[in-house]
Amino acid sequence: MNNLVIIPIIIPLLAGIISIFFLKHIVWQRWIGSVALIGTVLVSFYLLNQVYANGIQTLELGGWAPPFGIVLVADMLSALLTLTTSVIGLACFIYAFKSVGEGRERHFFYPVFLFLITGVIASFLTGDLFNLFVCFEVLLISSYVLISIGGTKPQLRESMKYILVNIVSSAFFVIGVAFLYAVTGTLNMADLSQRIADVGQTGFLTVLSIFLLIVFGIKAALFLYFWLPGSYRVPPPAVQAIFAALLTKVGIYAIIRIFTLIFYHQPDITHQLLAWLAALTMLLGVIGAVASWDVLRILAYNIVAAVGIVIFGLASFSATGLEGALFYLVHDMVIKAVLFLLAGAMISITGTTNLRKMGGLIVHHPILGWMFFIAAIALAGIPPLSGFIGKLLIIQGGIETEHYWITGILLLSSLLILYSVIKIFMNGFWGEQKLSRDEEKGNTKGLLAPCAFLVAISIFWGVGAEWIYPYIEMATQTLTDPSIYIQSVLNIKE
Amino acid sequence: MEVMMSIVVGILFAVATYLILSKSILRILLGTVIISHGAHLLILTMGGLKTGAPPLLGQEAPAYTDPLPQALILTAIVIAFGVTALVFVLAYRSYQELGTDDMEQLRGNDNE
Amino acid sequence: MRINDVILQTTAKVISFIILTFGIYIFFAGHHIPGGGFIGGLITTSALVLLYVAFDMETMNKVIPIDFKKMTALGLLIAVSTGLGALLFDQPFLTHTFGYFDLPILGEAELATAVLFDIGVFLTVTGVAVTIILTIGEDEKWK
Repeated sequence: MNNLVIIPIIIPLLAGIISIFFLKHIVWQRWIGSVALIGTVLVSFYLLNQVYANGIQTLELGGWAPPFGIVLVADMLSALLTLTTSVIGLACFIYAFKSVGEGRERHFFYPVFLFLITGVIASFLTGDLFNLFVCFEVLLISSYVLISIGGTKPQLRESMKYILVNIVSSAFFVIGVAFLYAVTGTLNMADLSQRIADVGQTGFLTVLSIFLLIVFGIKAALFLYFWLPGSYRVPPPAVQAIFAALLTKVGIYAIIRIFTLIFYHQPDITHQLLAWLAALTMLLGVIGAVASWDVLRILAYNIVAAVGIVIFGLASFSATGLEGALFYLVHDMVIKAVLFLLAGAMISITGTTNLRKMGGLIVHHPILGWMFFIAAIALAGIPPLSGFIGKLLIIQGGIETEHYWITGILLLSSLLILYSVIKIFMNGFWGEQKLSRDEEKGNTKGLLAPCAFLVAISIFWGVGAEWIYPYIEMATQTLTDPSIYIQSVLNIKE
Repeated sequence: MEVMMSIVVGILFAVATYLILSKSILRILLGTVIISHGAHLLILTMGGLKTGAPPLLGQEAPAYTDPLPQALILTAIVIAFGVTALVFVLAYRSYQELGTDDMEQLRGNDNE
Repeated sequence: MRINDVILQTTAKVISFIILTFGIYIFFAGHHIPGGGFIGGLITTSALVLLYVAFDMETMNKVIPIDFKKMTALGLLIAVSTGLGALLFDQPFLTHTFGYFDLPILGEAELATAVLFDIGVFLTVTGVAVTIILTIGEDEKWK
């Protein structure tokens, strides 16, 4: 038992609740949220180091022993993602001060933002499949509000589609949980893993795993990404960044968790399927990114492509591939947040999302330009920046497990990702200057500091890989050997 | 009894699918409500119907019904209730703002 | 056109208090028999909504000057705080306890901390349900 595990969930939740009492005092809301998120970062960091020192930390809620009660589990993967989430949450929260507008701020923007962070962190920390559904719903309902808040026409149009897709996929989640409960009689993930290992992964269970893959595939934009490019364009930039950084990643986390902990007995069916889905996702994602001239659309398709890359690391089902997937997952969370925040600054300056109408921004905004350049080449994976190590390990894993074709697709898609983001840089920052200082629609005051913070973290993630590697290695160990997870959750003494 | 219930669940899913595939937002929303009810009924059926005395009330009966599916359904119903309320309000707002409830006319375009 | 709603208003005045009492009974009954914060909250909401239907919204806002959104937040705050209370005694989050006490008039009674959590649930459910109905009802066009 370790009550520390619940603290990163409780702090943003409490701050969100308290903010509701101060709806009229925007400045207070900002302070409450910022302090809470800084607190979450610190606690998550402490939790990470405790997991590193003492192994998996668990908390049985209400003192009910698993598998009967709900249990929270912080293994290395969860702790790492919790820390990343809180850091990105903090940066986007601060970015929101200057960019969301007073109307939204008065109508529950900050409380709902904090509830979203709560839901994401709770999804990472829970050790129970039904509880995962509940946490998903917390973050989804918050995202419904965040995507539609403000109520402009495009927002309402896109948010209806986003919400309907997600409601249907949530219903599928419940159906999957119902079948799984009927077959195994438990929903605790560690217990599920143990029982399925005992009776063997029968055909029915494999079908169920693919059913759940559909659910998480919709949420993670793994091949079923049709809803993503449209709906991620409409909310304000701070919300876009947090969606891009966190929402699909929760789906990816769920896929990684269930296919390493529960359904890992039939890799020739499930993981082969995952590998091909990943390949298709990468291809379709980069095609979308290359074809578009809209800044936000290019970045949104890049989210899709990155999902494919991470899932391929999982699908190759080797320790190297998994290490790469985790490295790339955290890198991608940070870098997608940065790119969307920087794109938000570009759009607030030029007042358009169309690349053909931009140009020469670097003359007046050199810092913005060079930060975008660093983020862009980090995304593509140029050494020594952060995307490189993850991709290298994923490619190694792919070659070790003889997925030559898909590895080739990955390399090709990396090249096209580089092309698509450099296209933004070339057309947006270089080239002929389209706007003089007076014609600019907005300024970047207060927007660049959070971006710089995240860029610094991203650089550290690449240059400091030597220090980070032991953490990733430990996370991978837990993923490749489910008995570590099971033993610490169910308190089995050897 | 479980077979009967499974058939009912199947019918609910069929109805919901039909409604979700229609054009009007209101019908789609009713479809989502019905699909979540179908899912809740499915949990109940999957947990086994009436296999013993009510749980947690006394300790004399030889067997008890599994309380977990009921707890799961209660949670799922509350969530579905909240989501439905939110979506209905939002659908009404978007009907006011966009002047249509036809999904065909809500197709995205880049001109905005 | 002004609708004659004397009958509705008169009955609503009586019935809403019966429903409110029933709601509170259900809330406290919930500790050992079916009932609890969630259903109690919904029953209370139905009483309030009946009043809102019988009288118009301006009158009701004068009679019950409560912001139901803040009521929701207060309910959440209470529920989370009771969970946090367990941390002070070094127990897992959400752990609850109970004890038997001799109270002045009631005699020996069972007091449980879970009731505090349930008060939070009660407030949250009432707040949310009333807010939902008022949000739809507040629309200007329908007047």
